[in-house]
Order: sequence, then structure tokens, then C-alpha cells
Amino acid sequence: MGKLIGWIDDRFPLSKMWNEHLAEYYAPKNFNFWYFFGSLALLVLVIQIVSGIFLTMHYKPDGASAFASVEYIMRDVPYGWLIRYIHSTGATAFFIVVYLHMFRGLMYGSYKQPRELIWLFGMFIYLALMAEAFMGYLLPWGQMSYWGAQVIISLFSAIPVIGDDLTLWIRGDFVISDATLNRFFALHVIALPFVIVFLVIAHILALHEVGSNNPDGVEIKKNKDPVTHIPLDGIPFHPYYSVKDIVGVVAFLFFFSVVLFYFPEGGGYFLEHANFIASDPLKTPEHIAPVWYFTPFYAILRAVPDKLMGVGAMGAAIVLLFFLPWIDRCKVKSIRYRSGIYKANLVTFVVSFVVLGWLAMQPVNATITLMSQVFSFLYFAFFVVLYVTSKNEQTKPVPDRVTS
Amino acid sequence: MKKHILILLLAIFPAISFAASSAHLDTAPIDIHDKDSIKRGAKTFADYCYSCHSAGFMRFNRIAKDMDMSDDEIREMMIFTRDKKGEVTKVGDLMNVAMSTDYAKGAFGGPVPDLSLTARSRGANWLYTYLRTFYADEGRPSGMNNTTFPDVGMPHVLWEQQGIKKPVYVTEEHAGVSVKRIESFDTVQAGSMTEEEYDAFVADLVNFMVYVAEPVQVERRELGVYVLIYLAIFFVFAYLLKKEYWKDVH
Repeated sequence: MGKLIGWIDDRFPLSKMWNEHLAEYYAPKNFNFWYFFGSLALLVLVIQIVSGIFLTMHYKPDGASAFASVEYIMRDVPYGWLIRYIHSTGATAFFIVVYLHMFRGLMYGSYKQPRELIWLFGMFIYLALMAEAFMGYLLPWGQMSYWGAQVIISLFSAIPVIGDDLTLWIRGDFVISDATLNRFFALHVIALPFVIVFLVIAHILALHEVGSNNPDGVEIKKNKDPVTHIPLDGIPFHPYYSVKDIVGVVAFLFFFSVVLFYFPEGGGYFLEHANFIASDPLKTPEHIAPVWYFTPFYAILRAVPDKLMGVGAMGAAIVLLFFLPWIDRCKVKSIRYRSGIYKANLVTFVVSFVVLGWLAMQPVNATITLMSQVFSFLYFAFFVVLYVTSKNEQTKPVPDRVTS
Repeated sequence: MKKHILILLLAIFPAISFAASSAHLDTAPIDIHDKDSIKRGAKTFADYCYSCHSAGFMRFNRIAKDMDMSDDEIREMMIFTRDKKGEVTKVGDLMNVAMSTDYAKGAFGGPVPDLSLTARSRGANWLYTYLRTFYADEGRPSGMNNTTFPDVGMPHVLWEQQGIKKPVYVTEEHAGVSVKRIESFDTVQAGSMTEEEYDAFVADLVNFMVYVAEPVQVERRELGVYVLIYLAIFFVFAYLLKKEYWKDVH
């Protein structure tokens, strides 16, 4: 075994990579609950890729047979139902895990210097993930697939001058059609997964270059053992965090399986009821709501009366997140040592995000619109308040070493 | 063309997320584990629904397998047709119907929907309520209307069982506008079944449709138990392993 590894090491940096990224990658020893979601996101990515490969073996990207091929998978393919539910539940799980992972970043200032690029790569992953999920949702070719895509793609028509031609170019037809289904399939199974995997590698390489942040926001590399040069508060990722993450993985899989085996439709939120009706270009469903993970942005879109402005606001809601490392000017990273203003601001932001998500699923009326406007305002206010208050924020003293 | 689609989309826009009708639905008294009920429902489906409605994602012998029936039994119960070659429809075939879309348009004013997934798109309660809320309405081509699905194209196929009901209207004032509302029903012609019998008859049919919408659902829930038990045990060992390793850290 040793000889074989030696033989490989002479030709490929196997041991070097193993050590750099696992056995001698020193992570802070005080990771808490919130630090499970990075490895879980990677797990869900693998789950989606593997289950997706098996789905493509039976799925037919064809306007005339796509819907039936999904039911064929659900009924006639041995354990096809399991693969399909794994993939559909995985989509929801992906967003839950990624949202919690991002929230962790907000709480502990993980986007701050020197980790701005990690955050940017992460945001690009999030963007690619939204595109991936959107295109994947068209593939079952049900009513909600069809009309959801119709609505979302029509948003591009709000762009002045090029809008109409752009939507035509995206769809490949004047309406969502077989042409759209085929290109979305190509993008969903090849293009975007490539982009996501590449970005994930960049995300992890950038992380391992600067080292992980932690709940105290303390840079562990500032306190190294004078002899070994190992951070005093660091422990090797493998075996410590690899065994710890197994616990997280099993716990995650438990909840994942509860949904998968007992609530695969998620009460109509994960698999929408109207999507069990084959797509029909002539019949608009009475209630078109995007899948839950897009709803906060959809609520912002709906809150603005003007279509172009609405699309702009929705775009801004996502784009602003990219600039967080520069909007937040406070030197202290972790929420543990930041001011009450920051804590209140972050709580408001999270509450706004959740409430907006809920609002988008409600039928429109005056109250819902007003509430959407109020919470959209609060969503954007987070960034403004953060920029204004973070420069001279009243922070608590940050310890030199991690606390627990 | 492009303009029209844009106008269409813009028209849809404010309508997005418009409330689904909030008509009251009765809870369907069904039990997906009750194979006898599903079999009775399958028989009703074959006798009354399956002439017009397909269940085109379902195979006859899947029903046979799940309901512990032989191929002969399912053939006897559900297969009355011949395939395109003129041979008796095979048990491995999908449950399609011979009725063409054009014929359906002429007869009912529109295509007859496939019922494979109706229990998942509409829900069991909707089906159970819908099949029990037909009433006589001279204004409709079939002479029947439905409170759950107003102006539905489908005639009241089960009228012989349920009988025919006539609505009793009350007029109410709502913000100065008088609105006619159905308060109750009078039986015009009694059916072959009592109300309780008819409800149970419909419940069996709905039970079958719920089964057809996702034939694997019972197996899915059963498999889930083993997976969750496995993961729960795995969790204990994973946790103990972690604790053992982390002794050095703490």
C-alpha cells in the first residue's frame, strides 16, 4: 500500500493534496452547529448529481413525452420513484442548507477580509443554483413548470430595447415550447452542473488558502505554535471534523428521509399540486406561485407596481448580497462581539426574508401588497443601515484566542 | 403574434397567485391500506369512468400485483376492450381509452381529462365532494351541474346510484346586491342507493384514484420506517465515534 502511494506520489500530488485539504488543514476547534452546512451542501450536490444521472437515463426531454416519462419513472422504473423523490427533495434540501450556510456567514462575518473571494464564489454558486433549480423545474413539464417558466422568462421582457428579443432568444420560440424544454435540459444536466462544480472547487480552494473563520471571528493563524507553526486553536480537519461531519450527515439524512418517504410533496410546496397536470399552453392555472426557495425575491417583484422597477428591485435584492464584504465596514467579524444595532438589523433582515417568502405564496390583495412593500423596504434597509452604522460601530473587545 | 403573447402575459401578471376557490370540501373517508375498498373502487372505475376517462400512466397488471390479484381476475374485472390489432387488451397495457379528443369535444365540449393523477392535482377531498355535489340544472347540456365544479362538462354518470337532486335557493343581500345561493338540495328522484351507501361507494372510488395517482405510496411509507431506524442507529455510532476522537480536543 505504501509502495503504491509512493508510486502515485511520484507522478501525482496525492499525499500532498490529502494533507493540504484534510489531514493537515487546520480548522478552528470551536466550530458549532452552524458549521455543518458547508459539508452538507457538498453532500446534497453529490446527491443531486448522482440521482440526476439516473433520472436522465429514463427521462425524455421532449414536449410530447416529458410529462409521461416522469410518470414512467414514478411507476415502471424499479425504484424510479425513490430516485425521483430524492432529486426533488434534494432541490429543497439544497436551498435550506445553502440558506443556513449563508446565514452562518452573515452571523460570524465570514465574508470579511480576507474571505471576500470565498463569499463571491459562494454567491456565484447561489446564482448558478437558482438557475439550475429554475431550469430543472421546467423538466417535469407540468402546468406549474410551464407557467412558472413563462412568468419568469417574461421578466426579461421588462428590460428596455432588447427585452423582447432577449426573451425570444432564451425560449427559442414565441412561447415556452419543446425548444425551450430541450435547451433547459441541456443547461440543467450539463452546463450549470459544470459551472457549479467548478465554483465549488474555487470556493473550497479559496477557503483552504486563507483558512476557516469561526464563531468568535478570531484569526487562528495569528497564534501559531512557535516550533510546529500549527495554529494553537486549530485541529486537523481529518479526523476531527470528518468524524464530526458524519454525525451531521446522518442527522441530515434522517430529516431528509422523513420528507422523502412521508412528505415528498411537502404539502404542495416542494411538488406543487398543479404540476401533476401536464403542461397546457392554453390553460393558465389560477394560482401561479414559484417554488418556495424563490418566493422572497418574488414577493419583492410583486411589491413594486411597475414591472421594470420590480424586476430591478428583485435583481438588486440579490446583487446587493454580492457587495456585503464592502457594505459591512465593521472590523469585528462575529456577531458575538458586535453591537445591538447589528444584531437587531440582522434579525430584521432574516425576519423580512422569511415573511417575504410567505407573502409571495398568498393571493394578492391590498394588505398583502402593503405588507410586501413594508418587508421589501426592511430587506433593503438592512444594507443601508449596515453601511451607515458599521463604520463606527460600538463593538465589544474580541479575544485573542477562540473561547470554547 | 409576439405582441399578443406579451399582452397575454401582462394580463396574467396581476392575476398571478389569485386565490383558488375556497369552496367547502368534505373529508374523504378513505384508507389507502384497505385493498378491498380499492378493488371495489377499481370495479366502479372500470364500469363507470373508464369508458371516457383514461388512466393512461397506469397498467392493469400493476393494479393486479398491488391488490394481490391474478391476471385473469384483473382481466375479468377491468378489461372489456380490444387493442389496435383487435386482440383483447393485454394486462400489461396502459389504461388508455378509445375515445378520440374530437369525439369528446363534440360530446362534452372539451377533451376528457386523464385520471391517473387527478387525486394528486385536485386532492382526494375535492374528488369526494365533487362526485357527491351534482344537481339538476336545465340550463346545462347534460341537464346537470355541480357546486364543486360549476358548469362542468361531465354529466352525472352516477345518477342511477345517487338519484337526482334539485337545489333550493335562498336570496341574500351582500352590500346591496342580492345574491342567489344554494342552501340545500331536494331529492327529485331517488337513487338505487341510500345516501350513506352512495357516500361509501364514492369513497371507494376515490380511494382507488388516490392509489392510482401514486401506486407506490404504501411501499414508500413502509420502506421509510426501515431507513429511519437504520439512520437512528447509525447516528448513535457516529456520535460515539465523534466523541471518542474529540476526547483529545476537549
